[in-house]
Amino acid sequence: MDILLQQIFNGLTLGSIYALVALGYTMVYGIMGLINFAHGEVVMVGALVALSVMKPLAAAGLPGPLVVLVALLVAALVCMALGFTIERVAYRPLRNAPRLAPLITAIGVSIVLQQLAMLIWGRSYHAVPPLLPAESHEVLGAQITELQLIIMLVAALTMAGLILLVNRTKLGRAMRATAENPAIAGLMGVDANRIIALTFIIGSALAALAGVLVSANYGIAHYHMGFILGLKAFTAAVLGGIGNLAGAMVGGVLLGLIEALGAGYIGDLTGGILGSHYQDVFAFFVLIVVLIFRPSGLMGEKVSERA
Amino acid sequence: MDQKTKAYAGTFLIAAVLAVAPFAVGGAFGNTWVRVLDYAALYIILALGLNIVVGFAGLLDLGYIAFYAVGAYLYALLASPHFGLHWPAWAILPLGACVAGLFGVLLGAPTLRLRGDYLAIVTLGFGEIIRIFMNNLNAPINITNGPKGIARIDAISIAGQPLSKAIEIAGLKIPGVYLYYYLFVVLALGIVFVSIRLQDSRIGRAWVAIREDEIAAKACGIDTRNVKLLAFAMGASFGGVAGGLFAGFQEFVSPESFGLMESVMVLCMVVLGGMGHIPGVILGGLLLTVLPEAFRHGAGPAQQALFGKVLLDPESLRMLLFGIALIAVMLYRPAGLWPDARHRREMAEKKS
Repeated sequence: MDILLQQIFNGLTLGSIYALVALGYTMVYGIMGLINFAHGEVVMVGALVALSVMKPLAAAGLPGPLVVLVALLVAALVCMALGFTIERVAYRPLRNAPRLAPLITAIGVSIVLQQLAMLIWGRSYHAVPPLLPAESHEVLGAQITELQLIIMLVAALTMAGLILLVNRTKLGRAMRATAENPAIAGLMGVDANRIIALTFIIGSALAALAGVLVSANYGIAHYHMGFILGLKAFTAAVLGGIGNLAGAMVGGVLLGLIEALGAGYIGDLTGGILGSHYQDVFAFFVLIVVLIFRPSGLMGEKVSERA
Repeated sequence: MDQKTKAYAGTFLIAAVLAVAPFAVGGAFGNTWVRVLDYAALYIILALGLNIVVGFAGLLDLGYIAFYAVGAYLYALLASPHFGLHWPAWAILPLGACVAGLFGVLLGAPTLRLRGDYLAIVTLGFGEIIRIFMNNLNAPINITNGPKGIARIDAISIAGQPLSKAIEIAGLKIPGVYLYYYLFVVLALGIVFVSIRLQDSRIGRAWVAIREDEIAAKACGIDTRNVKLLAFAMGASFGGVAGGLFAGFQEFVSPESFGLMESVMVLCMVVLGGMGHIPGVILGGLLLTVLPEAFRHGAGPAQQALFGKVLLDPESLRMLLFGIALIAVMLYRPAGLWPDARHRREMAEKKS
């Protein structure tokens, strides 16, 4: 029982982070129908920038949470600028190009970001100073740390805020209109270019937040961390139904749970033939099965083929 | 000159260039570069296979390297001391094509209903699953030897003569890399021929119809299910052959060679060269194999000459330039470097 609960806690933490990153994918996809493959690298840049800010501030003896807040702010600003630039340079000129062209530029952008990060921060793994409270508490026989609670709480609040933004504000309405039909939204006075740029900026700020949380959770950050995280988050977004905000959250949390439970129980389920290193297989397997029965994800709308 | 003489002259010229290429390249830059040409031919086979799936049928496949891995591991298992089996390459390669094709159908069948980007993620997941299995199938029964990979694989041999050993013809010593070059080029030409014939066939036109509009294609009486499956199977079997050749050439396989980055690389060859256009894809494969190698060898010395010291790690500079090149080419030629007439027309229509 306590192991099950423990894995559920771990899964929820991991899932919250996936969900935050998945939101970035899904927002961009919802508006432009584009897989922003470089998003995972933006998360990585966020984590590393935050780390660079944290180190001197923490050495100066400032209180931990304040340092994290300042670092998050700087990382968010850098990532927002980065997201804006990526959209401007690599995606906007290709808006009417064949569908695969922006995919290739996205791959190009992520290679460039990864290499630049390697040149700036080096190849080594960086230890992230434990600035957030990490005391662990016992809940029903399982351990949960304060850090895990913070991660879940921050993720939940961010998602709630984002849903309010999209559904209740003027900007949100403009975003939904642009997603529906950019040309007609333009006739209604919506500046589609501005909305798309803003979407990238908001998504990148979320990426920075996710980067800070994920590096705090694992205690390490390095130039290659964005790739696999982006892959998982993209999987989560598709699992939930890409383009759907609530779907990204559900997909993220679900994927986190599947992975944590899969890692914990796959050995027992298969009689010891498959070990915990098959957790990724498990995650992708669930994804494939879900998509076979629900081709547009768990919460995706039934989309008809475009004529 | 009439049309026919021109065609013959062109064919002769291409054949002559291909025949002397290793000697010219090897003489001028050393045998390392002939090895690069060998890889270029392998990647061209791979890219042409992916071109069937992505270029002709318009199905975005991000896990294509899995079929390459299947072909390579099949060869490694059947022709190495790992299981003590030493099958001849010429039995394994067709078998590899069949097994990889089977895997293609295995992947294709459940994913037929998925649209573009969903298909992309499922194929990506499939590729990762295959890689993870290869990485971990060393316990409880050691099948793939895990991350250590399989070494001491038999070289491909023709008439009892392993291609890895140099041979002497009339006093002229021909090293192994040259022999492999000729084998790979001949096979690549065969694949080019098959691709061209497929493109103009009934099936090829059905693929293009599906790519352009699946519903209309269905309405025209195309059995979209079988035709899509065929695209997966054909593409996968090309990948399987290339994988077998890779294993025999390298004499070593490990899961590391079959990561997502490799899939992405092959996809870049197809898209960068010009999707669905065979000469474009060949160009893409050649450029993306040779240019990164050129950077690898040139980046260090060039910095030395320009600034007097190596400022940036050549390896990351190489990847950096590669990334920038991908972006730049797509920005200036969104349909690829050498697109086919149909794509060119479409781009022109959109501009006007």
